[in-house]
Amino acid sequence: MAHTSLDVVNQSARTSTPPQARSTLEVAKLIDISRCIGCKACQSACMEWNDLRDEVGVQEGFYTSPADLSDQSWTLMRFNEEVIDGKLQWLILKDGCLHCQDPGCLKACPAPGAIVQYSNGIVDFQQDQCIGCGYCTAGCPFHIPRLSGKDAKVYKCTLCSDRVAVGLEPACVKSCPTGALHFGSKEDMLFEAEHRLVDLVERGFAKAAVYDPRGVGGTHVVLVLPHGDRPEAYGLPANPRVGPLLQVWRSGLARAAGVATMAAVLVAGVLHYMRHGPLEVPPEGDQGVKP
Amino acid sequence: MSGSGKDLILRHSNASRIAHWAVAIVFIDLFLSGLALFSPFFFWLSNVLGGGSLMRFLHPIAGVALVVLFYPYAAMLMGDNRWLPNDSKWVKHMAAYMRKEHPDIGETHKYNAGQKMMFWSMVPIIAVLAVTGVLLWQPWFAPHFSAGARRAAGLIHAICAFVMFVGIGIHVYAALWTKGSIDAMIRGTVTRAWARFHHPAWERDAGGKGGR
Repeated sequence: MAHTSLDVVNQSARTSTPPQARSTLEVAKLIDISRCIGCKACQSACMEWNDLRDEVGVQEGFYTSPADLSDQSWTLMRFNEEVIDGKLQWLILKDGCLHCQDPGCLKACPAPGAIVQYSNGIVDFQQDQCIGCGYCTAGCPFHIPRLSGKDAKVYKCTLCSDRVAVGLEPACVKSCPTGALHFGSKEDMLFEAEHRLVDLVERGFAKAAVYDPRGVGGTHVVLVLPHGDRPEAYGLPANPRVGPLLQVWRSGLARAAGVATMAAVLVAGVLHYMRHGPLEVPPEGDQGVKP
Repeated sequence: MSGSGKDLILRHSNASRIAHWAVAIVFIDLFLSGLALFSPFFFWLSNVLGGGSLMRFLHPIAGVALVVLFYPYAAMLMGDNRWLPNDSKWVKHMAAYMRKEHPDIGETHKYNAGQKMMFWSMVPIIAVLAVTGVLLWQPWFAPHFSAGARRAAGLIHAICAFVMFVGIGIHVYAALWTKGSIDAMIRGTVTRAWARFHHPAWERDAGGKGGR
């Protein structure tokens, strides 16, 4: 949302290095699912702060509403229904961008500066630079960014980069009534997460775990999962990663190899012409040999 | 062999030439916009192709135009591009041919083996580009495919595009190198001497009336 600043450390499809002199505190949002009561205050706060209004949908037989993330719904409480020990339970996921340290969306994006990463770790889309190709939606291991049908731009959670930039916590965190959401430095959030884990294990959730996946370099939204051995049950990939296809497709090496191939064809043509000259029809009477 | 070497005979019909240049223009747009999407080094090309968003919007539409123009054109040329025993001989002597050593490579029909290889490489490559392109086409088709499928499609699309560039690069160079062939693709005609020298079997069989 916000424009390029000195705090941008990584930009999509740029040939130049962004300014690196300043560095700010690395931040993170902590989501402790064990404390979530599913009130959806975070969803409302996100809509309020960001001036978003999704279309009013219909009841689809589950408590999740709206049914999916969209250009108007940047965070969504997903009520995954599971039968555990004979009882129906909600494994709630506050879905939305996890702000990867190694973001697949940014790697995939071909539009210079359309996706940026700040030194505080927030990954942000600059919609005015977006060309609507949707490569970010292919690059994201979490299926988060959504292409709008209205303006052909992609939207997702900004981690309230505009609020964070002026020292406020994200709107969702401010609205959370139970302390399931926390915001602070990544270091503090991990420390806090470990505390919550100890508490959870004491309460019988022996498999509780912190979700801060290494495959994407860690994330700036960290989750405490009571059933940490089964992130898939919450709708989270167990081992998210940018993946070899994207690594090859959008790599500097592939780009260099492609451009070198083209250059080689051009150079070969020029050299061949210089060495052999054009193929011309020989003068009349000299047509004994034919190609 | 009849007629003077200076006679003009028809090599490419009006329809063939129009189709050729339409395909060429569409290819140039596709290639340059594809290059801009592939590498940030070339993103500046978007400035001469309507700006990033419009360029991106037009790329798949140009892709459809390529398919619509190319395949009927290819069907028109297919008969003359059938692989003949003589063509393998041409391939064997290709290096000498490129050195203009005039090796004995038998009677060349309307297209030589190099042209036929170009033809037959473009037929599947454009199909693969079209299919992978549909997987990447936002906002109408791409949402129906998984992220993994679209990553694979993107990589295959890029690889095929470079194979196509190399093919078209060779094609353009061969046309520049072989004097008279660009004129033939613009005005449609070649001199009888040109036909006898480059495509003797075509000159003899068609007698210069086989412009397709």
